[in-house]
Amino acid sequence: MNAADLRIALVGLPNCGKTALFNRMTGSRQKVANYPGVTVERKEGYYKSASGRRYRLLDLPGTYGLTPTTLDEAITRDVALGRLTSEPRPETIVLVADATHLPLSLRLALEVKRIGLPMIVVLNMTDLARKRGYTIDCDRLSKELGTPVIETVAVARGGADALISHLDSLPSDFSATPPTTEWREPSAEDVQQTHAEAARILTASGYREPARSEFIAAADRVLLHPFFGLLVLGTLLFFVFQAVFSWAALPMDLIDAGMVSLAEWVRGSMPDGPLRSLLADGIIAGVGSVIIFLPQIIILFAFILALEDSGYLPRAAYLLDRMMGSVGLSGRAFIPLLSSFACAIPGIMATRTIPSLRDRLATIMVAPLMTCSARLPVYALLIAAFIPDRDVGGFSLQGMVLFALYFAGVAGALLVAWVLKKFRGNSDTHLLMLELPDYQWPRFGNLAFGLWERARLFLARAGGIILALMVVLWFLSTYPAPPAGATGPAIEYSFAGQLGQALAVVLAPIGFNWQISIALIPGLAAREVAVGALGTVYALSGDEDVVSTALSTVIASQWSLATGLALLAWYVFAPQCLATLAVVKRETNSWRYPLIMTVYLFGLAYLAAFATYRIALWFSVGG
Amino acid sequence: MTDLTQPPTTLSGLRAGQSAVVDRIDADDVLARRLLEIGFFPGASVELVASMWPAHDPVAVRVGGATFALRRQEAERVKIR
Repeated sequence: MNAADLRIALVGLPNCGKTALFNRMTGSRQKVANYPGVTVERKEGYYKSASGRRYRLLDLPGTYGLTPTTLDEAITRDVALGRLTSEPRPETIVLVADATHLPLSLRLALEVKRIGLPMIVVLNMTDLARKRGYTIDCDRLSKELGTPVIETVAVARGGADALISHLDSLPSDFSATPPTTEWREPSAEDVQQTHAEAARILTASGYREPARSEFIAAADRVLLHPFFGLLVLGTLLFFVFQAVFSWAALPMDLIDAGMVSLAEWVRGSMPDGPLRSLLADGIIAGVGSVIIFLPQIIILFAFILALEDSGYLPRAAYLLDRMMGSVGLSGRAFIPLLSSFACAIPGIMATRTIPSLRDRLATIMVAPLMTCSARLPVYALLIAAFIPDRDVGGFSLQGMVLFALYFAGVAGALLVAWVLKKFRGNSDTHLLMLELPDYQWPRFGNLAFGLWERARLFLARAGGIILALMVVLWFLSTYPAPPAGATGPAIEYSFAGQLGQALAVVLAPIGFNWQISIALIPGLAAREVAVGALGTVYALSGDEDVVSTALSTVIASQWSLATGLALLAWYVFAPQCLATLAVVKRETNSWRYPLIMTVYLFGLAYLAAFATYRIALWFSVGG
Repeated sequence: MTDLTQPPTTLSGLRAGQSAVVDRIDADDVLARRLLEIGFFPGASVELVASMWPAHDPVAVRVGGATFALRRQEAERVKIR
């Protein structure tokens, strides 16, 4: 940051196109982090105008007023008032108003104006508003408001040029004196008064309200219908899941093959030694285990972003609010939980949109129970080994078991959420108060930008953690080296092996042998790594496909059915993913929640595996 | 429960397609202010777009050119006439 940069804060209603304007102005020169001590996302960006002046833009969380109901909204107020010690007070505020929806935006403008900072009002989405018959006299509006008024179309190329050149025309010392006015929190009376004032100004400026599209009204009659709405949502979800799993298969295979041949190449071209092993088995395998999920995450997020852009997602939250509310979750938890089916990490990061801290924590706590795609290789291996490949009533038995495992995860999540609700009582008032914005066609540029951002965040945040953990676990599974003349596989003598053998004592009651116990340890880095580790323990070599085919034969002959089923049950619940726990730690800013999560998930996993093992044993003895 | 023989007195008593005018929001807490901020001020006209089964919770309400989803306890705070 440069002292001479003009500090601008963007303030506006949720869905006003503020972030699109921010992206339009700053492009890729953005920095996304958290405000210190809280998990509110801080989005900052820079740009340099044609005249050479530099601007620093802060995209503040959207809000309807300066009386906060969420952590995010409190940040908006505190930054605008200069109350945050970590954040220099902005020198000017750009208030982004949605032109299709002016009354609420103008009311907010009047409230923000009272803070006393220089302000520019931007009328955004004017293209859409004009199409629906909106008119306004900007000069008159500017006179009435006492601030400059500028029209933008943030989603169009060049749509922010008017704002950029206006900012450039400001004298460099125009906000040299900080405001001295005393600010007080608006009362209900003040809110009503600003509404009345906004209405008066709009009338004086010749405002004609854009007509409501008949199409939107008709669409909402179906999509918000208690029956047809849920039917459409269910169909949509089914389609999204189909797409995530079928479209991602090819790129995932390609990445997998690429990583395997890269590791082979390293093995072939380097002398044997710890460095080669670290590169091939630690780093390449680690990076590979992260980016293999990128195709699924990108496809899932493409759908989520398109649905979000179109205005449908809040409607899904509306439809599910009652159902999710009965177990103590908010309808807003729907999006994070949906993301968690690809990977819990972006899901947990997406819980930031949930206003109530308790609702948010409950969502974070159950997110790892959604069957993420890292469980699939483990499920696939065990199902292939133990579940006969035959049809029952026209459906594949293996497919039904897979579905049952997904279902067990969801049922477990509902149960846990319900228990959490009982624990915390019902003292909290939960706000839904969700705006259902007008439907729009998703814009490709927006989608591409959003996807790129998510992919980057996922790789940066998850990648770093997983990579570090992989290196640590590689060390634990490689050292100490087996003594001379050892007969078993090398991993048996390593720290991980010793740990696994100690664990086997604890895990014996749920039917796990020491080989499984050892494989669970490297499997902590990422669930699917357990498959490779089992291969190592059973001293199999070759590429992953060969290993897992050979492995399923080996374990089918050496494990009992009860053990196989118990391991499946274990994987439904076990927090076999340190990266998820690390993200929970960061998102909640404490060790408390990742610890609780670890304990309760291992507890559930143990119970589920124990019950499965005993019941299966009883049946196989009885039958 | 809402008595169906009487005209509804709060937003949560409206049925899909029905309109009304906001009378008042009692008390001055965060919830009241937020409801006011999003447009439920005295004199504003509202239309119920949809409500979920089984207990009309949540509801979708059209107010001042926008649509909001409100839970029952939120909708009950808005007195109508």
